[in-house]
Amino acid sequence: MIVIQKLHKKFGKNEVLTGLDLNIEMGGIFAVLGPNGSGKTTLIKGILGMVVPNKGNISIDGHSIKNKWKYREGINYLPQIANFPGNLKVKELIRMIKDLRQKPSDEEELITLFGLEPFLNKKLATLSGGTKQKVNIVLSFMFDNPLIILDEPTSGLDPMAMIRLKELIQKEKKKGKTILLTSHIMQFVEEIADEIVYLLEGRIYFKGTIPALKKLTGQTTVERAIAAITTTPANV
Amino acid sequence: MFKILKYSFYDLIRSRWSYVYFLFYLALGFVLLFLNNDVSKAVITLMNIIIVLVPLIGTIFGVMYFYNSKEFTELLLAQPVKRSSIFLGQYLGVAGSLTLSLVLGLGIPFVLYGLFRSDAIFDFSLLLVTGAFLTMIFTALSFNIALSNENKIKGFGYAVLLWLFLAVIYDGLFLMSLIVFEEYPLDTFSLVATMFNPIDLSRTLILLKLDISALLGYTGAVFKQFFGTNQGFLVSMLMLVLWTVLPIWRLIHKSKQKDF
Repeated sequence: MIVIQKLHKKFGKNEVLTGLDLNIEMGGIFAVLGPNGSGKTTLIKGILGMVVPNKGNISIDGHSIKNKWKYREGINYLPQIANFPGNLKVKELIRMIKDLRQKPSDEEELITLFGLEPFLNKKLATLSGGTKQKVNIVLSFMFDNPLIILDEPTSGLDPMAMIRLKELIQKEKKKGKTILLTSHIMQFVEEIADEIVYLLEGRIYFKGTIPALKKLTGQTTVERAIAAITTTPANV
Repeated sequence: MFKILKYSFYDLIRSRWSYVYFLFYLALGFVLLFLNNDVSKAVITLMNIIIVLVPLIGTIFGVMYFYNSKEFTELLLAQPVKRSSIFLGQYLGVAGSLTLSLVLGLGIPFVLYGLFRSDAIFDFSLLLVTGAFLTMIFTALSFNIALSNENKIKGFGYAVLLWLFLAVIYDGLFLMSLIVFEEYPLDTFSLVATMFNPIDLSRTLILLKLDISALLGYTGAVFKQFFGTNQGFLVSMLMLVLWTVLPIWRLIHKSKQKDF
């Protein structure tokens, strides 16, 4: 279980998180939503320890993550922008991550699933945005870990890959894993998310299931409900 | 840490710049020996080049590598790796490959020329040791600058300024203060001022080992007395170590607080 208490984060004068409280129970798919600049990525990077909060505490399974790094062994992370060292080949990158993690992995299956075989010996700098994202997905699903964090997993994917990704996420969920993701594509969220966490101005504005969200806002689609949510009072 | 070091090191060894740097020293070594026909004289000429060039290359390479490996760093940060290992590993990768280029590039021509049969071997080793120290020091300083400046242009600017200051401006200020305050006893001042600049420190150390302290002029005698002794030698080596360790320590400390 992830427990976040009174998290504050400032970047210069820009206050991104202003006392955010959030509990995420293990198991299920959680979609973190919110307008641009609402702090979704900051929250995720906070959980990963890439962003150091000014105040507040984050703990995973009862252990504070401050200045720790071992806990990341249990997390798979897909970054928002797939920035890889450009002079490495896809194969070398996968081998390197495996070498760093020292865990059993099933990258073969994923490579076939996303049709990446022809790109294995190509340098990452020469790949298209969508192909890079597929490599990104392979890297973040190849280890068997209880927590999977996906920051904008759908960006740049073609429809076929999108379907594969959804199946993959559902498969991981069935294994009892926790999946935390952000997305701006509401159709995707509606299809896969069990619970929605809506961030606004650095706080949690809404947390609950999709039916609860629709009921609260009186709308029939998630897209409209999300658009309408800011006009309804906070409901955590 | 060793895994990061390994990847950074291989990455650099494969890059063209390491070879250019290595070949430059190789050519320099052969040309100097060929023109001078004398190991001791070649060592002196080399010193003048190393003292200025090694810090410059260390600074530029360090800043460039740090900014260029931004993606690599971000990838590693999400992995179960300690932050200090990431930065220390990258730093040692850069400093290590630069030092290797220097030592091999200069070492090969000198060994071929018959260094082991010459009595200049200690002078030459000292030259390489200070060259290695200067590489470590200036790479560490440039990593610090790059870590503190998100803006590449600014980072580059500060790094080049730092080099310019320590390699050129510092000496100017030092000489000016010696002239302005010539009526006062300046022995201690000049010793301390030399200690505070790794480039000056290395130059003084080598010149005194080469026994050409006459080049130092005014305070030459004091320097000779100080650096010539074992104690002086140890103190200056200690200063070089401090110059290396302090920036590395700051690098580790700062990297722990940075957001990515």
